[in-house]
Amino acid sequence: MQHVSPIREPLVTGGKTYHDITEDVCRQVEAKPNARWAAGLAVALVGLAIFVYSVYRTLWFGIGEWGLNRTVGWAWDITNFVWWVGIGHAGTLISAILLLFRQKWRTSINRAAEAMTIFAVICAAMFPVLHMGRPWLAYWVFPLPNTFGSLWVNFNSPLLWDVFAISTYFSVSLVFWYIGLIPDFATIRDRATGPIARRAYAFLSFGWTGSAKAWSRYETVSLILAGLATPLVLSVHTIVSMDFATSVIPGWHTTIFPPYFVAGAIFSGFAMVLTLMIITRKLFKLEDYITLEHVESMNKVIILTGSIVGVAYTTEFFIAWYSQVEYEQYAFINRAFGPYWWAYWSMMTCNVITPQLFWFRGIRRSLTATFIISIFVNIGMWFERFVIIVTSLHRDYLPSSWAMFSPTIIDIGIYVGTIGLFFTLFLLFCKFFPVVNMAEVKAILKSSSGVANTNTMHSTDKGLNTNTHHSNE
Amino acid sequence: MNKKFVLGIYDDEDVLLHAIENIRAAGTNIHDVFSPYPIHGIDDVLGIKRSRLPIVAFFCGLFGTSFALWMQIWMLGFDWPMIIGGKPHIALPSFIPVTFELTVLCAAFGMVITFFIVTRLKPSLKVNVFDKRSTDDKFVMAIEVNEGVTDMNALNNLLRSNGAIEVNEKEVIR
Repeated sequence: MQHVSPIREPLVTGGKTYHDITEDVCRQVEAKPNARWAAGLAVALVGLAIFVYSVYRTLWFGIGEWGLNRTVGWAWDITNFVWWVGIGHAGTLISAILLLFRQKWRTSINRAAEAMTIFAVICAAMFPVLHMGRPWLAYWVFPLPNTFGSLWVNFNSPLLWDVFAISTYFSVSLVFWYIGLIPDFATIRDRATGPIARRAYAFLSFGWTGSAKAWSRYETVSLILAGLATPLVLSVHTIVSMDFATSVIPGWHTTIFPPYFVAGAIFSGFAMVLTLMIITRKLFKLEDYITLEHVESMNKVIILTGSIVGVAYTTEFFIAWYSQVEYEQYAFINRAFGPYWWAYWSMMTCNVITPQLFWFRGIRRSLTATFIISIFVNIGMWFERFVIIVTSLHRDYLPSSWAMFSPTIIDIGIYVGTIGLFFTLFLLFCKFFPVVNMAEVKAILKSSSGVANTNTMHSTDKGLNTNTHHSNE
Repeated sequence: MNKKFVLGIYDDEDVLLHAIENIRAAGTNIHDVFSPYPIHGIDDVLGIKRSRLPIVAFFCGLFGTSFALWMQIWMLGFDWPMIIGGKPHIALPSFIPVTFELTVLCAAFGMVITFFIVTRLKPSLKVNVFDKRSTDDKFVMAIEVNEGVTDMNALNNLLRSNGAIEVNEKEVIR
């Protein structure tokens, strides 16, 4: 038996059995779509339509449809890119880093969080690809033979590093997520009654039988993938931050960027996981699996990363003063008190002040408060990227070229549109895929359900139930 | 060729682990055990050796590292050298990010593809599950029957005395 301290709160409540877990998770996969889900999908599809229209305008008329100008050549596009990639990071953190740290509360949220990662990275990828102007030539970013152009790609450029980082991150996350899904697809397959469902899930389950040897390899693969995904996720946002940090622009050219971006990414990602999980647990009646204990644990991660981000903001300001570089000093004074002061102070309020409310246990364990604060964090983290990008660019070295940035309706449309794209994908995932990792929750049930699992133990001799063969744990 | 199996159905992992130990000690060969989730400690009692997949991952990663370094050094250093930002043609520090990413990519994909091949996992409509409850809430122990050699009654008693809640027979048509 794995020992769990009695002071720990149970991770699965309601006295569930193994079969209950299967029933509770498979229910929404097997049932007809419910009205609230359909309504949600309808709203998401409206967002998707806005996305399609804005992309059409961008491709047909060109990048001139966006509000960019000569001074501010990067604005909402890269802001949204970094925002989405950052959100994605929480999924990998939950599934990989928490696996290495043996945090069992990850089991019931990792599936949805990883799905969030994949969909967020898809949304993120839209921005650099669209900003290319001719996305049908997007494959030119790969190192292809010289016949495609006159040169190889520039391996000294952080934008090229990004291509490799994001595509590796996406593919490895996808594989990690899919490996976890295989046993659960097998469960759905073996319960399926309809011929289409049975065939579809048989195909998706790769013929999984759950034999001991397969499970042994499965666990090895999960562990190694977690070990690979952990440095990977840190490298991705490090490289994203280098898009800025390697440029000689006051406000960007700082060594603090990699750790500060990674902390910010985890911060925003956990906020998004909370936003999604609070809705999902309610919508699909998963309150016994995604408990207040889970919400509280995530809120603790939010206080930690939110505070790291707060310290980073302060450090940046201090270093700007301490460096005695007048351009650097001006960039920061301009951020806080220049024409974009409202963006800076929105960022400070949402990211530094609101998460500190989680020091109060009552707020940490209140679903309403958590939901509201998670939205604030998402807004704050969007402003963080906007502030870093636009305020550093809009007043460059030459005052005659100073300019302001204002988004066009197409800029807004693409951003809102990716939110629609994200929720379309997420809602489809919720309907057709198991939202909670059944196999992993079953694996922790005996040690973390809070009740002895008596109702599955009829007719067996309890005397057999000793700890002898677990001495290696 | 048709194969016949006796299936012992269990509903508790600790009872199952004990049963595996006792049944193997009694000299019976267990074909396989199917469970809805990974059971800790089952590898030891079933005598499953540690997977060598991490070694595969290591060598695939090593391939990724070497390939990435070779690619970048050859492309920018030899095939079409250019001065970029005043850096040397072979600017190793700026080759590190791509090298790292390709190492992770090759290690992950190499290991996962090997895992699919050795575990015989592939998209297919044909599924061979002994007992469908083994992906839900039951643990299924499969013991192969040698026609005329295996004493069915003794096997039945052995399974039941070790906590099996059901004992079934199943024929697998190959």
